[in-house]
Amino acid sequence: MLNYTIRRLFLAIPTLLFISLVIFFIVKLSPSDPTANLPLTIPPEVREKIRESLGVNQPLLVQFGLWLKQLMISEPLYWTNQYFGTEFEVGQRIISYQTRSPVMDIVIQRMPQTLWVVGTAYLVGILIALPIGIFSAYRQYSIFDQAGTFVSMIGFSVPPFFSGVLVIVIFSVQLGWLPSIYDTTHIVDSWDSFVIQFKQMIMPVMVLALQTTAQISRFLRASMLDNLNQDYVRTARAKGLSEKIVVLVHVLRNSMIPVITVIALGVPTIFGGAIITEQVFKVNGLGQLLIISIQAGDVPTVQTLTFMFAVLIVLFNLVADVLYGLLDPRIRYD
Amino acid sequence: MRRLKTLLLVTAATAIATGTAYADGHEKRGRDGELKIIYWQAPSTLNPYLSGGTKEVESASMVLESLARFDNTGKLTAWLADGIPTVENGGVAKDLTSITWKLKDGVKWSDGSALTANDAVFTWKYCTDPAGGCAQASYFDGVKNIEAVNDQTIKITFTGPKPFPYTALVGSESPIIQAAQFADCLGAKAPECTTANFGPIGTGPFVVDEFKPNDVIQLSANDQYRDAGKPAFAKVLFKGGGDAASAARSVLETAEFDYAWNLQIDPKLLSSMEAKGNGKVVTAFGTSVERLHINQSNPDPALGDERATIKHPHPFLTDPRIGQALSMAIDRALLVEVGYGSGGQVSCNVLPAPAAYASTANDSCKTQDIAGANKILDDAGWVKGGDGVRTKDGKRLSVTYQTSTNAVRQDTQALVKQWWSEIGVETELRNIDASVFFGGDPASPDTFQKFFADIEMYTNNFAGVDPEAYMANWRCAEIPSPKSQWQGANMQRFCSAEYDALVDKMSQTAALEDRADLAKQMNDMLMKSYSIIPLIHRGGVSAHANSLGGVKISDWDSELWNIADWHRAK
Repeated sequence: MLNYTIRRLFLAIPTLLFISLVIFFIVKLSPSDPTANLPLTIPPEVREKIRESLGVNQPLLVQFGLWLKQLMISEPLYWTNQYFGTEFEVGQRIISYQTRSPVMDIVIQRMPQTLWVVGTAYLVGILIALPIGIFSAYRQYSIFDQAGTFVSMIGFSVPPFFSGVLVIVIFSVQLGWLPSIYDTTHIVDSWDSFVIQFKQMIMPVMVLALQTTAQISRFLRASMLDNLNQDYVRTARAKGLSEKIVVLVHVLRNSMIPVITVIALGVPTIFGGAIITEQVFKVNGLGQLLIISIQAGDVPTVQTLTFMFAVLIVLFNLVADVLYGLLDPRIRYD
Repeated sequence: MRRLKTLLLVTAATAIATGTAYADGHEKRGRDGELKIIYWQAPSTLNPYLSGGTKEVESASMVLESLARFDNTGKLTAWLADGIPTVENGGVAKDLTSITWKLKDGVKWSDGSALTANDAVFTWKYCTDPAGGCAQASYFDGVKNIEAVNDQTIKITFTGPKPFPYTALVGSESPIIQAAQFADCLGAKAPECTTANFGPIGTGPFVVDEFKPNDVIQLSANDQYRDAGKPAFAKVLFKGGGDAASAARSVLETAEFDYAWNLQIDPKLLSSMEAKGNGKVVTAFGTSVERLHINQSNPDPALGDERATIKHPHPFLTDPRIGQALSMAIDRALLVEVGYGSGGQVSCNVLPAPAAYASTANDSCKTQDIAGANKILDDAGWVKGGDGVRTKDGKRLSVTYQTSTNAVRQDTQALVKQWWSEIGVETELRNIDASVFFGGDPASPDTFQKFFADIEMYTNNFAGVDPEAYMANWRCAEIPSPKSQWQGANMQRFCSAEYDALVDKMSQTAALEDRADLAKQMNDMLMKSYSIIPLIHRGGVSAHANSLGGVKISDWDSELWNIADWHRAK
């Protein structure tokens, strides 16, 4: 298993390099101009100067090489200096076209709100999905199952730009219970401030959780149904085990194997943020950073963010595979 | 008894104390708590020289100030300077080659140090450094030198006579930055000064506490601000993100914020939000005009590299009669009603303001005249065919009409297409993502400079109040072409020696009335050529809570230009 993991990690390096090259060219070759969103009152000569100072006019391969160097050498050196007090010579770090400041600083600044909101939503989504999935499968075609199917359909098909605005109109505008704008400067240091934080998180978390719930509960239901008809379940029942033990111990454990893989594969999306939901509730996390950077033609930021997501996806694919091996003794990689 | 005496004394003392406070004439700084502003496009930096975006310029205007700025009526008002220099008061040289500003006494930066002429000189050096990529460099065009005559006096020398010398260090787009803070940030080093760019030290009413790029800014009242009773607010929360509709909602419906900027949304939706009674929608008109550009060159793809260059005139749009018919067929009032509401007015001029510069010669465009338009085309020999489209000499009156992707613009396109079909003009509509359309990428065929279509629509304006540079956009030399990498502002490829002569004349005329006269002449010449068809004079639309007093929205400067005067209405 260890050998396998190490081998996979090494294989990931060329994969990631290739991914970063593809991302770079997709972003670069699409028509985008970092000065496009400036007011028209700024004359073309000045725009040209701005582009020059950003380094947009350099040959593509030079730009890519520079980015790679900044990512692989300057950034790690900078963070080593920060944490270990070393004094390595740090070259220029990855600089955003929009803010003209280091991209990584903004990423780190935004990580907490994304992890809080999207991460909580993921957890809540899973916690709701588990009982729904189990019960739906155990009582297949019951009213509860039908209702669960309906809710999952809504979760799958209603986009957050609709459900998000809908809950804002209901709970913020009509009822006035919850804030419609997420305050990223809010600090939780007392019970009252926790209540405020809780209030401003409910809507984005529930909108996002609906989607996670829909996905995971369907998976678990299907997986449970597969297992409920197996011989070992009949054996367990024949032995005289109670239904509770048959379902929650024997069936559930076996059914969770594929579901845990799905959950692990979904973890990178937490870091990716939720582009639309973050925009709707103004959470201004990593998803919102990505979308405004794409709109502004901010190549270094888009490139760095998507590369981070790529790393996480490759990593969690590996985690999912390893987990599979650990949970299911029939699967061996060596 | 003694107790009573003390009590009386105390009462008297209190009375005197309150009396003096009252006589002092102003109230306490920071008395009104927190002000919450939402700009749905979030600022990326607070250094307006590193980003020319409106959102950055406006947010920075709470902190950084310039020598003079424009008030809500477009009038130039002394700000850090103690008066406006003119030829009459000797501040501007008789030959118009220099201007001398004097700073107000006792203005301090928020760190307590004094503002001096050296800061102004440094600002000029900072923005004109060739490696810096300064976004506001055009404000320093024609400036030969800026020198500090003494601590309080700044002399700006121009390379030639400058009839309108109020550009450098005037207005929210070219504020003075602190020399001490930015000393090590010249040229290529500019982006390395993140702390300074995110938290510039200023002379304005507020000081930056924390700046989170593209998210939120927290500010508090500047203790060193020159006006003792201002600003009324102790804190400002400046939130960004989301979209225009939700920003409007947060002020007008949920009352979470006090001020929301740039609310170009469906006018019906906006007025239904306003009807809730939490706040007011305010508009300010500057110089923005939504217009059609009528391509005078041939965009036919068969021409290859010479496509849309003046070598090949357009087969029929160079005839002003066709442009006139197209213009007459449009019901501008309906366009305003459908897409702009209070944020738009019918316009028949490409130069609609300031009032002194606005021509009245073209006002007949205000009413739609389909019959008249049909008659003009009939008289010109264009005959309607079986499919309702006019033809002449084997040419069909069929046009492609492009603009950027934007709900209001697509509504306008659809309406105009309908009207044009009524006069026998076939229209094919296109819309292009704004970042591509307005992007200068010479490799893209879809930019507004390349203009590979017959007609295109967008809004343009000029900063400040002087139209000289703006009107110069339509010189022959400004025509974009492959030779100029498709740079240039004369999108419709209008070229007239007579027009060029007027531009030259204006650059040498100083008297305000004469300049206004020339500008009107140029505007009328463009209108008569029908190479530009103005549609709507667009204003800035914002909203503020009823409890917020002192807002004087301006389109001539930052909307927050007088934020020092904003207060809680009692």
